[in-house]
Amino acid sequence: MKKLVWPIIIIGTAFGFLAIMWWLVAGTKPDVIYPSGQVGDHQQSLLMLTVLLSAAVVIPVFLMLGIFAWRYRDTNKKAKYKPEWQENVLLEAIWWGIPVIIITSLAIVTWFSSHSLDPHKAIVADKPPLKVQVVALQWKWLFIYPEEGIATVNSLPLEVDRPVSFEVAADAPMSAFWIPSLGSQIYAMNGMSTKLNLIPNKTGIFYGYNTNINGEGYSDMKFPVEVMPGDAFKKLSKKIASSSMTLDYNHYEEIAKPSRDEPVHQMSLSDKGLYDKILMKYMDHGGHEAPASEDNSNHEGMEH
Amino acid sequence: MDLSWLIGRLGLEHLPSEPATIGAAIGMPLMALAVVAGLTYFKKWTWLWKEWITTVDAKKIGIMYGIVSVLMLIRGIGDAIMLRMHTAAAGITGGDGLFQTDTFQQVFTAHGIIMIFFVAMGLMFALINIALPLMIGARDVAFPWLNSFSFWLFAVAMILVNFSLVLGGFSNGGWLGYPPLTSLEYSPGPGVDYWLWTLQIAGIGTLLSGINFIVTIISHRAPGMTLMKMPVFAWSVLITMVLVLLAFPILTATLSMMTLDRLFEMHFFTSEAGGNPMMYVNLIWAWGHPEVYILVLPAFGIFSEIVSVMARKALFGYKTMVAALTAIMFFSFLVWQHHFFTMGAGANVNAFFGIMTMIIAIPTGVKIFNWLFTMYRGKIKFTTPMIWFLCFVATFTIGGVTGVMMAVPAIDYQVHNTLFLVAHFHNTIIGGVVFAFLAAITYWFPKIFGFRLHEGLGKIAAYFWQIGFLLAFMPLYALGLMGAVRRLDNYDNPEWTPFFVVSGIGVLAITLGAGMLVVQIAYSVYKRKTLRDKTGDPWDGRTLEWSTPSPAPFYNFAVIPKVTRRDEWWYQKLDGVKSLKRSDYKDIVLPKNSSLGFVIAVLVGLFGFGAIWHVWWLMIVSMVAIIYFAIRRGLDDDVEYTIPAVELYRLDKEARG
Amino acid sequence: MTKSTATLMQKEHSSPAQLGFWLYIMSDLMLFAAFFATYMILRPGANDGPSSGDIFDVNFALVETLVLLASSFTCGLAYLAAKYKQKVSFTRWLAATLVLGLVFLGMEIYEFAEFILAGHGPDHSAFLSGFFSLVGLHGLHITAGIIWGVVLLGYITKRGLNKNALRRLGLFSVFWHFLDVVWIFIFTIVYLMGVVS
Repeated sequence: MKKLVWPIIIIGTAFGFLAIMWWLVAGTKPDVIYPSGQVGDHQQSLLMLTVLLSAAVVIPVFLMLGIFAWRYRDTNKKAKYKPEWQENVLLEAIWWGIPVIIITSLAIVTWFSSHSLDPHKAIVADKPPLKVQVVALQWKWLFIYPEEGIATVNSLPLEVDRPVSFEVAADAPMSAFWIPSLGSQIYAMNGMSTKLNLIPNKTGIFYGYNTNINGEGYSDMKFPVEVMPGDAFKKLSKKIASSSMTLDYNHYEEIAKPSRDEPVHQMSLSDKGLYDKILMKYMDHGGHEAPASEDNSNHEGMEH
Repeated sequence: MDLSWLIGRLGLEHLPSEPATIGAAIGMPLMALAVVAGLTYFKKWTWLWKEWITTVDAKKIGIMYGIVSVLMLIRGIGDAIMLRMHTAAAGITGGDGLFQTDTFQQVFTAHGIIMIFFVAMGLMFALINIALPLMIGARDVAFPWLNSFSFWLFAVAMILVNFSLVLGGFSNGGWLGYPPLTSLEYSPGPGVDYWLWTLQIAGIGTLLSGINFIVTIISHRAPGMTLMKMPVFAWSVLITMVLVLLAFPILTATLSMMTLDRLFEMHFFTSEAGGNPMMYVNLIWAWGHPEVYILVLPAFGIFSEIVSVMARKALFGYKTMVAALTAIMFFSFLVWQHHFFTMGAGANVNAFFGIMTMIIAIPTGVKIFNWLFTMYRGKIKFTTPMIWFLCFVATFTIGGVTGVMMAVPAIDYQVHNTLFLVAHFHNTIIGGVVFAFLAAITYWFPKIFGFRLHEGLGKIAAYFWQIGFLLAFMPLYALGLMGAVRRLDNYDNPEWTPFFVVSGIGVLAITLGAGMLVVQIAYSVYKRKTLRDKTGDPWDGRTLEWSTPSPAPFYNFAVIPKVTRRDEWWYQKLDGVKSLKRSDYKDIVLPKNSSLGFVIAVLVGLFGFGAIWHVWWLMIVSMVAIIYFAIRRGLDDDVEYTIPAVELYRLDKEARG
Repeated sequence: MTKSTATLMQKEHSSPAQLGFWLYIMSDLMLFAAFFATYMILRPGANDGPSSGDIFDVNFALVETLVLLASSFTCGLAYLAAKYKQKVSFTRWLAATLVLGLVFLGMEIYEFAEFILAGHGPDHSAFLSGFFSLVGLHGLHITAGIIWGVVLLGYITKRGLNKNALRRLGLFSVFWHFLDVVWIFIFTIVYLMGVVS
C-alpha cells in the first residue's frame, strides 16, 4: 500500500486542481472561444486546431513521463536497467520526425491563415464596408465615421453583418485596438495608419480594449461596442449627425488632452479630413512611411 | 539659491509619497543599516573585504551572485504579491485596488526587470560560476578579474534599481519600455532613466561574462576533454554565451540611443523629427528574443545533467542534444518579430516569422524526448532535483505548446498582450528556468558548502511551487481568452474576479514555496553536521566536479584530471579510482585578489547615478576615475601567485580528510 | 616554479587573452552594426533640415580616411619594430600613430562643430542623431585607442619591451586596425553613399 501513497497524492492534487478550474470556467463564455464575428470564428477554430495538433505531442509526453518515472524507480527490482543504452537511430528519427510532421502541417496552416486573416484584407460581404477611423488618445478612444459624418468618444456603434474597415492611429504613446468578440487586434501608432477589417455577426453589446500600455489611464480605455441591426444604426447615426455638438480640429485638441474616465461623447463631424490632420501632426517633417497595406510591407529593415 | 550645478535635478519632491513606497523607502535603508551595524559589531569588515569583495575565485563570485539573486527573488515575489493582491482586491471591492496606478505600473515594470535580470540571469551566472570551471576541470575562469568586475557591475545595477524606491521612483513603462511612452515627452521624470541605467550596467556586465565563459570553455578544458566529450551543461553554457556575445551589444546600442534621446533630446525613437519608435521595438526584441533562450538553454543543460545522474544512466542522444542546442541558437535570431505581429506588417512577413518560431519547437521537443528516454531503463532516485525535473517536464511542455499556438500570427492577433501571453511566458520561465535553477541549487549546494540541503523540505518546496504555479497562472490563460488585457490595474467585470482571486492564492502558495526554500537552507545549516558530504560525491555523479572534495577547494583540483571519455568520473569509479601519488602534485599558479573590480563598478554606478539626476560633475569625475583605475589594472603585471607542490599536497590531504 | 612550467604558463596565458579580445571585437562589431542599421533607417528623417547630400564634404572625409589609413600603417610598423626589439624606432612609429590619430580626431571634432554651429546639431533631426552617434561612437573608440596608446608608450619607455608589453601591443594594434576597418565602412556608407543618393 505504502508505495501507492505518492501516486494517490499526485493524482488527487491533479483532480483537485481540475475541479477548481472547472468551477472557475463553468458558466463563463470567454469572448475568444465564443466569438461574435467571422474573423473571431476563424481564429477560434485555428486555436482549437493547434490544441489538437499539440495534444499529439503533449499526451504521449505526459504518459511517458508518468510511466517511465513509475516503472524505472530505483526500488523496482523487476525493471530492466541498461546504464549504457544511449543511442538509437530509429527512435531518434521518430522523435525528430513527429514534431517535423506536426510543425510542417502547422506551418502550412500558418501560411494560409496569415493571408486569409490578414487584418489589412477587406472582407467581402453583401453590404459595403462601414468606414471607421480610430484614434487612440490619452486615455480614451475617438471613433470617426467619415461617411456618416459623425464621431464618438468611448463608444463604438456598429451594424450587424456589415464589414467594418477600421483605420487606426494614435495621438498618444503606442496603443492597441482590440475587440475580442470580433477578432484581431492592431497597434495604434503616431503618424501612421494601420488597417483592420472585421465583421460583427451577432447583435449585442461587446467590449473593446487597449492592449498596449500607454500611461496612467491605460486601464480606463475599455469601451462598449454596440452591434445593432441596419435600420437602428441608420437611425442612431442620423440622430448623432444632427447633434449640436460638432467635432472640428479645435474641439479635437480639447478632447485630445489627457483625461481619465472620459464619458461617452456623440458629435457630428464638421471636418471630414480630421483623421488625416491627426496623422499629419507627426508626418509633416517626413520620416515615417505608413506600412504598405499589402504583402510587400516590410518596415523592419534590419537583420541581425 | 540655485544648487542645480551641484545636485542636478535631485530634490525632496522625489521622495516617495504613498504608504507602500514610503514603507519600502524607510525599510531598505534600515536593512542596510542593520547589515552595517552587524558587520561592525562582529568585526567582519576585514573578512568581508578580503574574502569576498576583492575575491576573484569563481566559486565565491558564484555564491555572491546566488545571494543577490535570492534576495532579489524575494523582492520580485513581493512585487508579484502586490500585483495580484491589488487586482484581487480591486475585483472584490469593485474599487481601485490597493495602490495608485503609477505605483502599480512601477511595480510590474520592476517585477519584470528584477526577475529577468537579477533573478534569472543572476542565478544563471551563479550556477555557471560555481559549476562550469569544476565541470570542465579548470582551476578558474579564463579572466578571473573580469569575472569579479562583471559581478560587481551586476550588484551595482541591482543597487540602482532598488535605490529608485527610495528616491525618484522607477519606470512605469513596462519591462521593455516601448517609446514614445518612455520618451522625454511622456515620461520626463527619473524613473525611465533608472530603468535605462540599471539595464545598461547589468547588460555590460553580462556581455563581459559572455566573453569570459566562451574563452574559459574554449581554452581551459581539462586535457583530453574534446568538445564532444564535454558535459551537456558546458555545451549549453557555450551556446548561451555565444548568444550573449551577439545579442547584448544590440541591447547596449538600443539603450544608448534611448539615453541620447532622453539626455540630449536626440530623435532616434521620438515620434517627431523623423524618429522611429517602431525601430526601437525591432531592436529591443532583436536582443529580447535571444535573451529568452539565454535563460532557458542553461536550464536545459542543468536538467540534462540531473536526469542522467538521477537515472544512473548515460544521457540519451548526446549528439542530438548538442545539435538541438545549436539549432535553437541559430533560430533564436530569426524570430524576434513574433513579439509584435500585431504591428501590422504584411502577411508574408508575419507568416515567415511565425513559421521560424514554430521550427524552434522541433529541437525543443526532441530534447524532451531525449530526457524521457534517459529515464527509460534507468534506476531513478527520486531526489529533490529529480522532483524538480518531473515538475519541469510537466509544466514546460504546456508552456511550449501555448508558445506554438501564439506563433500562429492569426491566433496571436487574438491573444497578444493579454493575460494569456503573461501566463505563457511565466509558464516557460518559471516552469523552465526557475525550476531548473532551484533544482541546480540543491544539486550543487554540497559541492560548494560541503553539506547537503535537507531533502524532505526541498521536496515540499517543489510541490508548493508546482501547485502555486498552476493556481497562479492557469486562471490567467482563461482570463486572457475572456479578453483580460495585461497590466490592467483595475477592471469592472465581476466575472473575472474569482480568477484573479485564485491567481492571488496561487501567488501565496508560490510564496510559501519560496519560504520553504529559505527554511530548507536555514535548517540544513543548522543540521550541517549530519548532512555533511564526506565523499565529495553525494549524488553518485558522472562529471568531474564530483571528483574533487566538498567543499571544493579554492584551487578546484589539486591535480587537473585527464579525460578520455564522456562522463569521465562515472567510468573512473567503475574502473576503480586511482589515488594520487606524491609526485603527481605540481606547482600551481592562481590569480591574486583585486579590489579594482569592485572600485570600478562602484564608479560606474556613480556615473549612472549622475546621468539619472543630471549631475554632470559627478559623471565627469567618475569617468576620469574609471579611466585611471582601468589603466592601473591594465598595467599591473603582478596578478598571480604560486602554490608550491609541497603546500598543495598538504592542502589536498587536509581537504580529503 | 621550474623553467618549463613557467614557459608553459606563459603560452597558456597569451592565447586566451587574444581569443577574448577577438570576441570583444566581435561584440563591438555588433554594436556598430546596430548603429549602422539605425543610421540607414533614420537617414530619410531629415525633419526639414539638411539631408546627407546637403552637408557632407566627401573630400574632407577622404582626407580623414587617408590620415587614419596612414596611422594604421605606422601602427603596423611600430609593432614590427617592437617585435625586433628596436625601441627607438618603435617609439617613433607609435608616437606617429598617436599623432595621426589625434589629427583624425581633431578633424572629426572640427566637422561636428561646423555642423552644430550651422544649426545642424544631433537634436535637429533623426538623420543627424543617427549620423552624430555613429560617427561619434567611432570617435569615442579612437579616443580610447589614443589613451591606450599613450599609456602603452609610457609603460614601454619605463619598463622596456618585455613580454607583457608585446602582448598588450598586439591587442592594441588589433584594436587600431579594427577601428580603421570600421571607418572604411563609415566612409563608404555614410559619406560616399550619402553624397551619391
